[in-house]
Amino acid sequence: MAKSNKPVVWFPFAAGGTVIAFFIPVIALLTLLVAFGKVPAGLSYESMHSWLADCVLAKLAVFGILALSLWSSAHRLRCTCFDFGLRIDTLVAAVLYSAAIVASLAAAMFLFRL
Amino acid sequence: MSRKPLIREVPPTTWYFRHPRYLRYMSREITSLFVGAYCVLLVCGLGALADGKESYEAFLLALQSPLSIAFHVAAFIAALYHATTWFNATQVAMPIQIGENFVPGSWISGAHYVVWALLSVVVILLAGVF
Amino acid sequence: MKERLIRLEVFRYNPDTDTEGHYQHYEVSCLEEWVVLDALNKVKETLDPTLNFRWSCHMAVCGSCGMMINGEPRLACHTFLRNYPGTIRVEPLVHFPVERDLVTAPDDFMEKLKRVKPWIIRKDKQPIEQGEYRQTPKELLRFRQYAMCINCTLCYAACPEYGLTRHFIGPAALALAHRYNQDSRDQGRDERQEVVATKEGVWECTFVGACSEVCPVHVDPASALQQMKIASSFDWIKEHLLPGGGK
Ligand code: SF4
Ligand code: FES
Repeated sequence: MAKSNKPVVWFPFAAGGTVIAFFIPVIALLTLLVAFGKVPAGLSYESMHSWLADCVLAKLAVFGILALSLWSSAHRLRCTCFDFGLRIDTLVAAVLYSAAIVASLAAAMFLFRL
Repeated sequence: MSRKPLIREVPPTTWYFRHPRYLRYMSREITSLFVGAYCVLLVCGLGALADGKESYEAFLLALQSPLSIAFHVAAFIAALYHATTWFNATQVAMPIQIGENFVPGSWISGAHYVVWALLSVVVILLAGVF
Repeated sequence: MKERLIRLEVFRYNPDTDTEGHYQHYEVSCLEEWVVLDALNKVKETLDPTLNFRWSCHMAVCGSCGMMINGEPRLACHTFLRNYPGTIRVEPLVHFPVERDLVTAPDDFMEKLKRVKPWIIRKDKQPIEQGEYRQTPKELLRFRQYAMCINCTLCYAACPEYGLTRHFIGPAALALAHRYNQDSRDQGRDERQEVVATKEGVWECTFVGACSEVCPVHVDPASALQQMKIASSFDWIKEHLLPGGGK
């Protein structure tokens, strides 16, 4: 048995899990407010656009949070599929990881266009 | 005497009904489905933002549909559950020995909770909720 | 002392005649302060001498009396009747082949335990005349918790990943690998990594945490495995991304 290359997928999973834990609850709370019709001032088009368009650091932060959270969710979902008895791990992994990568690339593109 | 041990297979699709702790574990894992979908939604929001004011405001308006409200509630709960299980696990994954003794686990998790609370308040203030 | 009629529902399997297991009911009068193992012994002495189960120390030290008690992996000598008001269901530990009645075959665990080399490995052996390898209390505390394992295999019965993927090295064996890795006298981590850092090693673990919940002596295998995942990840980065393979 050779040593596994699992760290390649596990390290970003662990980092992403931490990012999700710190940031996603509060972000979800904000968009929950939006869903209830109360758009916080900072989420208006003008302010969102201005702080994201001008600040490279903000773009990087948003990209980092999204990419890591997506990867982490994809990885955990892959393990969950196995736990539910879906024994086609290679296919599941390929689909989920690619989905995470595509979504991250899309996020990067959108941020670039701003 | 020859051996003839009895092999009992684990039911691969229903094993988690065997014990409440497995159900707790599965709910923790299932949060990833909601969190993942929520992140995809955020990417869509970014896309709308990149497209301009009109499409961004349409996106915000679309969030107010009943389906979206239900999804947001689910995603919020999932994210909270993920966060608590994650911070509770930090003491298990990263024990810290200072001098001879190990730092009490509750301090390690507690520190994470404090940072979490501070970060959340900062984000809420930045978003101009108040 | 108070006596109580205890109802037991016990898994039976006779390899000579059975192709499947079945349950047998017993009723024995027991003292309230007895443990499940006492009740089983009373059944064997007074009702049914054919009932098979393992035990030895009666004090949670030898690790041989592990069984499922009301669906939970437990030491029968450490499970008090007073906490079980109703019928008590007793079954052999899950995830292991049943040899006979409540006796399971631990062969798979034993083989895996050997693979992680749970002993002190030295690259430079110091001659006996130089005395023992000395250790500070701090160095002892680094691994002591993991050295408490009594090889009862309750954690294997609790771990769903072991149940689903039999090649998984599993909680106790990996926790013991960690125990030696953490020992200041040991120099064998590289050798153990050849097993620990494989797919069958720590990477089969999804941190269910059940092992640590059932361990009767609080070894906390889940903690050991998480620490080894983190350490193995840093190893990987060193080996693959740093010039010279981190050597
Ligand atoms: S780690 Fe705990 S539960 Fe597992 S074999 Fe050792 S003592 Fe038993
Ligand atoms: S009889 Fe020794 S541990 Fe129970």
